[in-house]
Amino acid sequence: MTMPAPTTLPPHVAALLEAARADPNVVVVSQDMGNAWGFADEFPDRFFDVGISEANLIGVAAGLAHSGKNAVAMGMAPFLTMRAFEQIRDDCAYNENPVTIIGSFTGLEAGPWGVTHHAQEDIALMRTIPGMTVVAPADIVEAGRAITAAVHHPGTAYVRLAGFAADMSPIADLEPRFDLGVANELRAGNDLTIIATGTLVRMALRAAEGLARSGIEAAVINMHTVKPLDREAVERAAASSERILTVEEHSVIGGLGAAVAECVAEAGRGRVRRVGVPDCFCTEVEPYGHLLARYGMDAAGVEAAARELLAD
Amino acid sequence: MSDDRIALLDERARALRRHILSVSTAQYAHLGGSMSCADIMAALFFDFLRLPWESESTVDHFLLSKGHSVHAYHACLAELGQIAPEEIPMTGQPGSRLGGHPTLRAPGVEIATGSLGHALSVGIGIALGEAHDGSDSRTVVLLGDGELQEGSVWEAALTAPHFGLDRLVAIIDANGFQSSGETEAVMPLEPLAEKWRAFGWNTTEIDGHDMSAIVGALDAVAASTAPVAIIARTVKGKGVPGIEGTQRAHYIRLTADEEKAALAALEAGK
Repeated sequence: MTMPAPTTLPPHVAALLEAARADPNVVVVSQDMGNAWGFADEFPDRFFDVGISEANLIGVAAGLAHSGKNAVAMGMAPFLTMRAFEQIRDDCAYNENPVTIIGSFTGLEAGPWGVTHHAQEDIALMRTIPGMTVVAPADIVEAGRAITAAVHHPGTAYVRLAGFAADMSPIADLEPRFDLGVANELRAGNDLTIIATGTLVRMALRAAEGLARSGIEAAVINMHTVKPLDREAVERAAASSERILTVEEHSVIGGLGAAVAECVAEAGRGRVRRVGVPDCFCTEVEPYGHLLARYGMDAAGVEAAARELLAD
Repeated sequence: MSDDRIALLDERARALRRHILSVSTAQYAHLGGSMSCADIMAALFFDFLRLPWESESTVDHFLLSKGHSVHAYHACLAELGQIAPEEIPMTGQPGSRLGGHPTLRAPGVEIATGSLGHALSVGIGIALGEAHDGSDSRTVVLLGDGELQEGSVWEAALTAPHFGLDRLVAIIDANGFQSSGETEAVMPLEPLAEKWRAFGWNTTEIDGHDMSAIVGALDAVAASTAPVAIIARTVKGKGVPGIEGTQRAHYIRLTADEEKAALAALEAGK
């Protein structure tokens, strides 16, 4: 028996289209990436494909925002956040032209396409920009909520949208509540707290299940918004379990782990260990899942890191 | 066009140059590029642009992509009453609202700039948004010639004709110099007009100190069916005897004698 064709759109697609249907000012600027989930077909006069020109794309989006449009910029995460970093900083954030930036091909998703296509610095880069909101949804349901929130948010926001290779199917344990800057505790536990973002929330939950089988109770926090960081959630975790494991598909430099470590160091309480891409390029030519496992970002790797943290 | 119109704009340009002299005598300043675009700025701000504080309806947009020529921008804002003339020589000093590049702290500045190669794309976005709203608003982006070495400018140059932005105007203040030397020696740009034409812009080349030519080029924008590029051939530091047309003009602090000579030259130019 074949499954019936889906009658509803994937949540992240629906979120963008619903925002556009509700607000005629929503426009999309994109780069040689097709019809932007059908946006271009439904709203051809509100869709601008600038070709392969990231700096130009962000500048154009900033200008559209300046003219009163609710501008969404879509492109590939590594190129948008690195090549157009200065345009995001100057033309969007500094000039108060709010743009929702949706970056796809995140983390190591591009796998064997290689290091040029890996986005392991995007959270760090975006996080340094004053006023930026940085969100990494854990599944497509949360991606929909993040896009809705970002489009209605009055400042510039970066949504790190995985899905090219990562599993973004709905996670049963995710909380329905989604507020930018407010972490969701998905699981309670007093032995340690795993704070995860984006694609690796799923791995953190699996790791916690594995730990539970040997009697270790790990809390799991979904830190979907890396900036502004929910500092209270971090401080509560440090107070309740002392040991904090951060988990992200991103360099251990500058991302969630760094943000949490900064918070813990300033609060003066807690210990942090970071799971993520170590300070290296992932040059091995192999599929996404292999890269995740090689660098300890699969469920087994997260679980092992948790045990090491507890043994310290 | 009437002689009166041109004479009034020439007088405005002289006023702008006096303001620019006031800051570049008080401190080191980007004199050269500010002076080279003074005539263009006079035509824009006192003839062409419909400004937000003047108009209840359609407003035009101005972006100074060559942000270091900020003193010409501030001079316009002073002449328009948005800031006090006394603020200009105090640029960058404690308590000042005026920076070494345009910032949103300065009343009347629409887009903060400074890093080169940004504003043409932003101008395209503004023009797209205005066109989408059915407005006949015009967007003017003033660029430097050295700035055209930034690749992002050419991304934008490709984009504007593709979207048919016939209300967008790029003016190149082609003063022939950049920070370290003559543009043609550092990284040649010529033939400039041919490049913009090849990219699909309705391109004209004018003497950027001939007010009739500037006004004529701007008057022609209304009839254009493509984005307009105006290559304005100018002299770096225009109006400062002994300094204009030299590399020294780029960033300089004038002596009292040099300022005096420049002010006298402005008077003589009437």
